[in-house]
Amino acid sequence: MSESDVTKDGIRGERPDREALVGKGMPRRRKGRRGERAMVPEAKFTSYYGKPVLNPPTWEPLDIAGYFFLGGLAGAGSVLAAGAQLTGRRSTARALKISSLVAITGSAAALVHDLGRPERFANMLRVLKPTSPMSVGSWLLAAYGPAAGAAAVLDVTGFLPRLGRAATAGAAALGPAVAAYTAVLAADTAVPAWHGGYRELPFVFVGSAAAAASGMALITSPARENAPARSAAVLGVALETAAAKVMERRLGLVGETYRQGRAGRLMRAAEALSVLGAAGAALGGRRRTTAVLSGAALLAASACTRFGVFHAGTQSAEDPKYTVVPQRQRLEAAG
Amino acid sequence: MTESLIGRNLLAGNEPDPAGDAGHRDHPPRVGFFTDTSVCIGCKACEVACKEWNAIPEDGLELTGMSYDNTQGLGASTWRHVAFIEQRKPLGNAEAGVAHEDGVAQEAGVAREDGLAHEDGDATDLRWLMASDVCKHCTHAACLDVCPTGALFRTEFGTVVVQEDVCNGCGYCVPACPYGVIDQRKEDGRVWKCTMCYDRLGAGQEPACAKACPTQSIQFGPLDELRARADERVRQLHEIGVTDARLYGRDPDDGVGGDGAFFLLLDEPEVYGLPPDPVVTTRDLPSMWRHAGVAALTLLGGLAAVFAAHGRPEGKR
Repeated sequence: MSESDVTKDGIRGERPDREALVGKGMPRRRKGRRGERAMVPEAKFTSYYGKPVLNPPTWEPLDIAGYFFLGGLAGAGSVLAAGAQLTGRRSTARALKISSLVAITGSAAALVHDLGRPERFANMLRVLKPTSPMSVGSWLLAAYGPAAGAAAVLDVTGFLPRLGRAATAGAAALGPAVAAYTAVLAADTAVPAWHGGYRELPFVFVGSAAAAASGMALITSPARENAPARSAAVLGVALETAAAKVMERRLGLVGETYRQGRAGRLMRAAEALSVLGAAGAALGGRRRTTAVLSGAALLAASACTRFGVFHAGTQSAEDPKYTVVPQRQRLEAAG
Repeated sequence: MTESLIGRNLLAGNEPDPAGDAGHRDHPPRVGFFTDTSVCIGCKACEVACKEWNAIPEDGLELTGMSYDNTQGLGASTWRHVAFIEQRKPLGNAEAGVAHEDGVAQEAGVAREDGLAHEDGDATDLRWLMASDVCKHCTHAACLDVCPTGALFRTEFGTVVVQEDVCNGCGYCVPACPYGVIDQRKEDGRVWKCTMCYDRLGAGQEPACAKACPTQSIQFGPLDELRARADERVRQLHEIGVTDARLYGRDPDDGVGGDGAFFLLLDEPEVYGLPPDPVVTTRDLPSMWRHAGVAALTLLGGLAAVFAAHGRPEGKR
């Protein structure tokens, strides 16, 4: 515009401004004839300068994936310990009770360490909220931790055998919940790779927990006692692997976060190690050396799974594609 | 089912009275923001007013090259964020006014009466979208649902606020938010987000951003009234040819039960960095607990079966 609209007779071409009626009274534009025409089809999704839609988790991988791993090891370990005790496998039972106590202590420490205000950890028990998996989990740990602790201490010291049996049973009853709830903790977020897999993730986690606890049993118990641990290893690995496959397929586009980058490397390592560990345990677990090596592979596999799931979640939150595209598809499907 | 959680829509769906359901009796009407981005001029007065009033620390000084947006997004120390989007698209029938030689009038076959008709040439469509983003104060707020300490709570105004003296910085609300609003302030440890100026509301004042907005792009008021006003504004814009205008977060039946802070947008939500179809994650929580329960029983049953199959070692049975 080269000349002023303000004249001696007032303002020319004045348009209503109070209501900001942009383009009011202007001729209707003709569509499709002017301007640039797109020579390539429109991109599959748009984003704001490639910025993520979500704020990715602020959790430290070592703390929270470590917490998932240790919680699973402890929870499934308590079940194995109770089974071993009931079937007369004394040394296996004792070893797993100790490992569960150490693991749950470590997992609680990791959880507290990850808090922005660790000195306020007790606020976790300020309320009980069924809508918050972390609140439910805190109460679960508050019940399970002392049970697992009492089971281990009373077994080692030999004091109060009846209370020790009750604590062993209590820890075994709560253990599966400790192993499974962490999947809900991850899934109950807007993170596409976690939320989208909420049906399968608990099975991935309990399978992984069973594999880890079996691995611990293979390492710590004598060969004559380890037959159930060898079967449990195969069971856990089968469950974990199958559930992970189903989950990846259900996730569609988002499933690729489990195959790419750091998450992909961890998930592939987990699969290889768990198959190795399960095969070793099943075929050569009667030999002490093979049992120990298989057990170590199973423990490493379980850790890789948890870190893999963690990183897949972070990767899916950091790329707006995994937030926008599935939501767009959902809108289009709904019409 | 009316007495159950789902029947009362406490986790998802249309919930007319979130403050009442949170236990507030005789509470004031639910308030909210209606951010009409069609009149936003990108002055960032809202960002500044918010920072000043709430004494929010500096959130980084970066030059991003993202149009005029150096704020980048909402976070622990950014509770209002003005997005800038430059597009080669027309805005209704408006003239972009950036072409040196504007061919619109001639091509449309209309002789301009104001003497401003231009020579031949291609018009360059350009529109500059600006939008002030903020916490949505969802009807079903995932951050509030997943908070394990009760630090996040529903106020009597129906808004969602963090109690900074309770928050222990567990960070669960951060990935739970479907909009990427709430975040942890690393040096502080706790999480922070828009409070809709809870302190000002209590004193009968409007929030600082709405007060500072010079174009009334940010409108504050009872949510019902804002919704009616927004519907009218969209109708008005459609009438004058701005067919892109649409409301975002207004629908009480959407995935979060409607937003307490909703928007009039001129393009798809994802263009502004907003999720196109956000769903509160806790909508699926009952199903998650069921699946986890089955998984836990599978573990217990599976391991019990293993021991049953193996019996006692070395034939002691």
